[in-house]
Amino acid sequence: MNIINFTPVPAFLGGALIGLAVVLFFVFNGRLIGISGIASNFLTSKNNRFDNFLFIAGLIIGPILYKFFSSQEINISISNSFFLLSVAGLLVGVGTRIGGGCTSGHGISGMGRFSLRSIIATITFMIVGILTVLVKNLV
Amino acid sequence: MSKIISLVCGIIFGIGLTVSEMIDPAKVLGFLNIFRDWDPSLAFVMIGALIISSPFFHLFKNNKKPIFAKSFNYTTNKEINKKLIIGSSLFGAGWGLAGLCPGPAIASLALLNINSAVFVVAVFVGFYLAKLSEPTTHAR
Repeated sequence: MNIINFTPVPAFLGGALIGLAVVLFFVFNGRLIGISGIASNFLTSKNNRFDNFLFIAGLIIGPILYKFFSSQEINISISNSFFLLSVAGLLVGVGTRIGGGCTSGHGISGMGRFSLRSIIATITFMIVGILTVLVKNLV
Repeated sequence: MSKIISLVCGIIFGIGLTVSEMIDPAKVLGFLNIFRDWDPSLAFVMIGALIISSPFFHLFKNNKKPIFAKSFNYTTNKEINKKLIIGSSLFGAGWGLAGLCPGPAIASLALLNINSAVFVVAVFVGFYLAKLSEPTTHAR
């Protein structure tokens, strides 16, 4: 194993901002941030629909504001085919609903509350994610 | 007021994903590539988020109500069962395939990336299929 591309400082600072968003949403609105929960509830439930819409809109506005004020380009690379992205997206959509959360819901909001359920979910999706990348590298 | 908080929290979360570079699937795949060329950054994102959020959960959990809502509204589900493991495994497989999870995928729509859009549409189809097959699923 080699360590590459490690950016601990921006990672920590960005993480702290994510933590701040989680705290504000909890203290003011009484809810926990889990993106899969917010997005799927926006789709399937009338409860808090406008709140969920505004949160998702904010999630898209955030990078635009960052780009505008920092005048830095945001580079991302997605090298998968549409077919593979569709399969992956379906797995993520179905899996997060069956498992009740994703990286934010279980990994941050749940683990932050020391929820054993969320700790186990996070360990599970991390192990399977690591194994998936391992297999992908072999194929 | 809760509406403004929802928008502001979304914006802060989106900026956090950008600053931490987790908006880029390559960073996430680098984290999951633990046996070859490992990029541990994602662990530091989680540490940063947990250091900020965890103390507040424990400070406020005994409060009767949040500031702008009538009551706290989140899951108290503690069940550790097959559904949790199967669902999290399916999610982990999709996450490892594309390097995308719901937050970064939605945030990256800001970059007008067609690949993110395809992924996000598939995620929403997945939400809908899961809802169809089990109408009682409690969303987090």
